[in-house]
Amino acid sequence: MNINAQNNNGLCRLKIEDEMTISTAAGLKKALLDNLAGCRELEIDLSHVNEMDTAGFQVLYLARREADISGKAFRIVSPGPKILSVLQLYNMKGFFGI
Amino acid sequence: METDPVLQTFIIESTEKVQEMESALLQLETSPDDEDTVNALFRAAHTIKGSAGVVGIDNIEKFTHTVENVLEKVRLGEIRVSEDLIGLLLRCCDHIGHLLKSLNAGKDPEENPELQTEGQAMAGELSAYLAVEGQGVSPEPDKETTEQGGTPEALTWRISLRFGRDVLRDGMDPISFISYLSKLGEITGLTTLTDAVPPAREMDPESCYLGFEIDFRSDAGRQAIEDVFEFVREDCEINITPLPATAPPRKTAGAEAGKQAQTREPGAKGAGTIRVDTDKLDQLINMVGELVIANANINQQARRIGDNSLLESAFALSRLVEDIRDRAMRVRMVPIGETFNRFRRTVRDFSRSTGKDIRLLISGSETELDKGVIEKIGDPLMHLIRNSADHGIEERDVRLALNKPENGVIHLNAYQETGSIVIEISDDGSGLNREKIVKKAVERGIISPGKELSEREINNLIFEPGFSTAQKVTNVSGRGVGMDVVKRNIEALRGSVEVESREGRGTTVRIRLPLTMAIIDGFMVKAGASFYIIPLDMLDECLEMSDTDKQLSFKRNYFSLRGKVLPFLRLRDIFNEPDGRNRREHMVVIRYAGGKTGLVVDELHGEVQVVIKSLGRVYRDVNGISGATILGDGTVALILDVPGLVRNLEKAAGALSYP
Repeated sequence: MNINAQNNNGLCRLKIEDEMTISTAAGLKKALLDNLAGCRELEIDLSHVNEMDTAGFQVLYLARREADISGKAFRIVSPGPKILSVLQLYNMKGFFGI
Repeated sequence: METDPVLQTFIIESTEKVQEMESALLQLETSPDDEDTVNALFRAAHTIKGSAGVVGIDNIEKFTHTVENVLEKVRLGEIRVSEDLIGLLLRCCDHIGHLLKSLNAGKDPEENPELQTEGQAMAGELSAYLAVEGQGVSPEPDKETTEQGGTPEALTWRISLRFGRDVLRDGMDPISFISYLSKLGEITGLTTLTDAVPPAREMDPESCYLGFEIDFRSDAGRQAIEDVFEFVREDCEINITPLPATAPPRKTAGAEAGKQAQTREPGAKGAGTIRVDTDKLDQLINMVGELVIANANINQQARRIGDNSLLESAFALSRLVEDIRDRAMRVRMVPIGETFNRFRRTVRDFSRSTGKDIRLLISGSETELDKGVIEKIGDPLMHLIRNSADHGIEERDVRLALNKPENGVIHLNAYQETGSIVIEISDDGSGLNREKIVKKAVERGIISPGKELSEREINNLIFEPGFSTAQKVTNVSGRGVGMDVVKRNIEALRGSVEVESREGRGTTVRIRLPLTMAIIDGFMVKAGASFYIIPLDMLDECLEMSDTDKQLSFKRNYFSLRGKVLPFLRLRDIFNEPDGRNRREHMVVIRYAGGKTGLVVDELHGEVQVVIKSLGRVYRDVNGISGATILGDGTVALILDVPGLVRNLEKAAGALSYP
């Protein structure tokens, strides 16, 4: 997993690559929460994620929930087919505003 | 989605078939005209294809069908067996193996682009062999998986799922279960329950916190739905209730019968065997362990009471318990042959890629080892074999110049020896270069310069962390890195490893592993206030020490056993028991790794059967003790780690001081 973060005036753009799975979940959680803490608005580009399992989904959910709690904006940008299929299966597209 | 027990059976059996194909192919390499081998190969492929069809794994079915078509032509003599063909078919085996593995991991191979292209490339190569026609995949009966036996009315079910915390860590993903479920019918509504996800700080990203409420419309019966969750049944709360008040139609019984008939089909081959979950076996063995303890207790009580008929009954019971124990242990024992055979391919591929001609000789395949041990010994063996092939066996021209046969030999051997299983990996290569080893060890600061070391000590330096004498870095075995890991892995199995080598003639690595992991026959001794257990099969004899014996031996640090030198240890010294030298003492002679060692103890208490309890993390590294056990009366006794003690003695040879 590769995470690329760009911070610009409180807007943080995260680009996640490869997989969001149980093997990367711990790093993903830290990266998402750390970046969220340091910004007002979080935008996550998932176009280069080719695999997401339930562990990955949970971390994504957690980040979104944390953003809501702290009143920060949270956006998912261009989720790939794999992401969409998981969100579809879990009926959680609405939650993420997709 | 891969939770179906039928599918699981399919995966296990097909993996075995792939291995059969592989060995048949390797055999074909030496005798390309052997009809029996070709037939065996064909049958294995055919079985995989057939079972894949039954369980509805289209891609495996289709691919194997192409392989089968080629093999059919080989069988008819239309295609000649060539080295290329064997290479291709071996890669095909790998591909089927990959597909099975990905299936096993709960992933749909269809969605893995790498596997897809791999498969297509190979199918292309295969069809080149099939000449003009190509592979007309005959429409096999597909999709008859679960909906057999009439069409019962569709029902709507409410399925409540609360997944256990560990399911993700155990490699199971709710996604798979739910998407598999959706193949049995229609998910009309689904709510993901996330309220159990704890606050950010406490949330463990590898735990599962999700629950689901699913409305599911299907004509599959309740059983079929339950089967979907078969694999998480124990780690998951599942509640399935029919939504409408109508009773489930009778016909579902037919569906279940159909399913059962299928279950039997892929397993029909192994008529006399059933597959059992290892967890269940472990539980059983644990219970047997408790039984052994309870039985020891009864024996003690019976002896205390001294009633003859009670003693007799207790004795009869003991015999039965012993029998049950032995049988239960044997259930877990698996011959090592299968593990050995896997290395044929490793050695073959290595020979191909390096141009060294290496033959793998296997003996002692029937030697049985605990299943848990077998699973863990594969990696260390692989490492040792690669080491032999890479660093041991010389290049072809070097061998010729040395007047050695052109092809090198690696010999894998297993046998049983006093309480342990021995696995040997020998090669006829260059052997260890002791000068180089010593030089390197000094360089690395492992030993101090000028230190006198025995041959054996020098050899064993290669197991020190970070040690290597490889001239060339290769991608096969790296730079000797990992021999220390090999050693650690083996020691974690309560085993030991040693190396023997003759320069220019070859190297033998000898691994000793304990016979069983859970229960041992022991010999109980007492030193100071504590009881100790010595594994009975290592016990050689017990001697009473006379005063002269004592005085002489303490002066010399060795005991004279009928004129032979016997190094010894005093348990009191090792475990810091207060000194009791003026009391009567006994010498227990133990046999291990081809040598004898003495243990000085206070009292002998005779044979006992003990269940090994692990000591827990804190005490795991305590020297000289491998575990503990609870005696019939509740007292704790420590189980001596004989290999560890012997090692210590060797290390400290001469350094142990007695006043």
